[in-house]
Amino acid sequence: MEATAVKKYTYKDFVSDQEVRWCPGCDDYVILNSMQKALPEMGVEKENVVFVSGIGCSSRFPYYMNTYGVHSIHGRAPGIATGVKLANPDLSVWIITGDGDATAIGGNHFIHVLRRNINLNIVLFNNEIYGLTKGQFSPTSVVGQKTKSSPYGNTQPPFSPGELALGANARFYARIGGNNPKAMTQIFIEAHRFKGTSLIEVLQNCVIFNDGCFTDVTDKEVKDDKQIYLEHGKPMIFGKNAEKGLVLRGLKLEVVTIGENGITEKDILVHDAKEKDPTLHQMLIRLAYPIATGIVRAFDDVTLEEREDELTKKIKAGSKYKKTDDLFFSGETYEVK
Amino acid sequence: MSIESIKPAPKELEGVVIRFVGDSGDGMQLTGTQFTDTSAMFGNDVSTFPNYPAEIRAPQGSLYGVSGFQVHIGSVEVSTPGDSVDLLVAMNPAGLKTNLYALKKGHTVIVDKDAFTKKNLEKAFYETNPLEDGSLDGYHVIEVDMSTLTKEALKDVDGLDNKTITRSKNMFSLGMVYWMYHRSTEHTIDFFNKKFKSKPELIEANTKVLNAGYYYAETLELISNSYTISPAKMVPGTYRIIMGNTATAWGLLAASEKSGLELFLGSYPITPATDILHELVKHKHFGVKAFQAEDEIAGICSAIGASFAGDLAITTTSGPGLALKGEALGLAMMIELPLVVINVQRGGPSTGLPTKTEQSDLLQAMYGRNGESPVVVIAASTPADCFNYAYEAARLALEHMTPVILLTDGYIANGSAPWKIQSVADMPEIKNRKVTKFTENWHPYKRDAKTLAREWAVPGTSGFEHRVGGLEKDSVTGNVSYVPENHETMTHTRAEKIRLVQNNIPNLKVEFAQQGDLLVVGWGGTYGTLHSAVKQITEEEGFNNIGFVHFNYINPMPKNTEEIFAKFKKIIVCELNSGQFAFILKANFGKFDFQQINKVQGLPFSNDELIQKFKQLL
Repeated sequence: MEATAVKKYTYKDFVSDQEVRWCPGCDDYVILNSMQKALPEMGVEKENVVFVSGIGCSSRFPYYMNTYGVHSIHGRAPGIATGVKLANPDLSVWIITGDGDATAIGGNHFIHVLRRNINLNIVLFNNEIYGLTKGQFSPTSVVGQKTKSSPYGNTQPPFSPGELALGANARFYARIGGNNPKAMTQIFIEAHRFKGTSLIEVLQNCVIFNDGCFTDVTDKEVKDDKQIYLEHGKPMIFGKNAEKGLVLRGLKLEVVTIGENGITEKDILVHDAKEKDPTLHQMLIRLAYPIATGIVRAFDDVTLEEREDELTKKIKAGSKYKKTDDLFFSGETYEVK
Repeated sequence: MSIESIKPAPKELEGVVIRFVGDSGDGMQLTGTQFTDTSAMFGNDVSTFPNYPAEIRAPQGSLYGVSGFQVHIGSVEVSTPGDSVDLLVAMNPAGLKTNLYALKKGHTVIVDKDAFTKKNLEKAFYETNPLEDGSLDGYHVIEVDMSTLTKEALKDVDGLDNKTITRSKNMFSLGMVYWMYHRSTEHTIDFFNKKFKSKPELIEANTKVLNAGYYYAETLELISNSYTISPAKMVPGTYRIIMGNTATAWGLLAASEKSGLELFLGSYPITPATDILHELVKHKHFGVKAFQAEDEIAGICSAIGASFAGDLAITTTSGPGLALKGEALGLAMMIELPLVVINVQRGGPSTGLPTKTEQSDLLQAMYGRNGESPVVVIAASTPADCFNYAYEAARLALEHMTPVILLTDGYIANGSAPWKIQSVADMPEIKNRKVTKFTENWHPYKRDAKTLAREWAVPGTSGFEHRVGGLEKDSVTGNVSYVPENHETMTHTRAEKIRLVQNNIPNLKVEFAQQGDLLVVGWGGTYGTLHSAVKQITEEEGFNNIGFVHFNYINPMPKNTEEIFAKFKKIIVCELNSGQFAFILKANFGKFDFQQINKVQGLPFSNDELIQKFKQLL
């Protein structure tokens, strides 16, 4: 692509002419607005942005973005996005998915897109429920949860999208509350800048079928005490008065209070998102108190398209085949007169 | 082509069918391929079919570990690998046991006598040695101590281990067959020189054994006659022997170059389609992007994504894989993107007979999706024309903005035949529908009046930012619409769009009688067997009232289909399933009576069974 200055966009440039049809009060509005605010900051031309979604409430997202978009089929957005990106690596490609779409029906594609490390971004709207089909439990619903398909309580234990992702060798993982547009906007920008597959899990409230599923950690009154917002290179401190921190005791992360028992800020772990070894990142993802938000992991690695591109260039340079004729008429041919 | 009847002439033959069989490790594929290439270069028409064991490394000497290669060479047109065999080369008892049924009575079988040990006989479940118990009476048996003679030929070559010596005995048999059919060893010796460039001892060993076999046959009194097969009358040009799957891959390469679009393949390994993936991954020098996905669904989905982004996108599979791809194929149809789906059919249902051939995915290709979701369906008919139909699938997909399913099958995909090499310069134009300059009131579902194909606006093109998806679209704006009348309009539009492809495909041509009593109808990979049966009954048995028409375009069918059916009193539809094409014909051309010949054994038709049935109808 030519190195020309990117047009100056505003939020409105990314708003499509379609009426947004999510339920009033849904966190999806927050995610949509945050994305529309983040895009002008990314320095990417509107025509070079593609949103690909699967099926579910979240997957209506592409219709509301004034960019290229595909609203595809259930769970398959990673496959389609992979094809888009491999066909044209200059595009900024975004997968929009939910907990059912990504971790149930599309679980296989989800782990493999992360494994390959293609330079694209995944926004996973996790509301721990199926919304569009009107309220069945999902792979992230908790045991005992009463839903339309588990009237006596869910008996299937959940898994955590973050743990699953790191198990699949994800290089970038961030988590953010669905009611935190400011941080979310910043994370979207960082995800765009990160070279490789970025996964952003949004803890998204479903006002109809799972209302309050994250309120104990995301509500304004409790969020500073219940969440730790991780930033690379900064100490892992949280709390209303920044009085609490994380230390490593044996194989466990432990919450300590600065100033008590001789603990000073120097004793607190410093967040290294860029570390290759995911052990500590996994521990942070698993932590129940406080819930880790922000960019947990951002390990810089070679992307699939870089590997492909390098190989293609090398083979092209060393090959005697420039046109198909060179191939078709090569080797064992013979003349009939 | 001469129309003389075959008169038994011991030295001049029109055609001969040879089958090489042995253990998996005996190198039968190489032996067969070498004989094929040499014969093709001599000017014969050829057709081959390999038969590998399904097991990866079957136990040595076992019945299910037998590997075979059949080649049919001719001085006249050859259109099938042949039914029964004129010469059988059996390198071990298991090979003899599993293949003797195919040898014509009174014809020759060459065996490696050294391999008929007690142990090998037991493994082949022979209670007595067939070379001694009279069970081969009625055949011309040539027993050769091939292993011993091979060792003897190599006694002065240094640096060979026992394994290498044993493994070169296949060249002894090849040398014998070369002498029998007056073929030169030159091509094969050239092959050794190239293949073993860095291992001169192997060049020497293989050449010695090949020559030893050749001279052995020459001096052997057991072979009383040698046969010649004159060059066939073929269209002049440059040829090569090509396998169906390779031809398919190359047709796609040609379409990519002609259209100026980069080629993207999204695929998942499945027998017998995987060789297309194997071939295309080699061609990074043409910029081919071949992506091995995590499953069949991701294979087609990545191709849909690549198509959305502007590549010539392909996915390859076989029956069970097409079932998995069904939902995504519906999406591609709904968002009207160009996409080539190749189904190398195998025996079904379910896992079925992976290594056998069948034509039983036709109805799946036609209707195997939810809702009313028509796509173009075409079928290749020979190993060599897989090239043309792969190219054609790409052309139709791009010009009509639609998925196209190309059906081939295990028989033509693994078979090989001469291909008159086609330069991309001589291939038909491919126009794609990409748009670059934005105009007001553009909508993604704006259609060409003649074809109803929409335009292709790819990401990166300014002004055309738009959204597509699997939900029903408004017929004008392309926005999501649940309006009942609109859904009906769009359903009809999608069907009509496929019907209009009729204007962009050639008419059917009838072979042999142009009108008369019986029309033989076939489609896809049965062309060779049907053609040779109708040819034989016409040219050798004097019937002049049988016509033959073969369909490569199935949805839509060519415009003159009905006109052709009307010229014959009876119509017989022949296919390797229980009557799927006949079902479609009955639905579309109800005024005709379609009779059927069907076979569902995982095997191609045989010439004799076809001729017998045609005669019953006359």
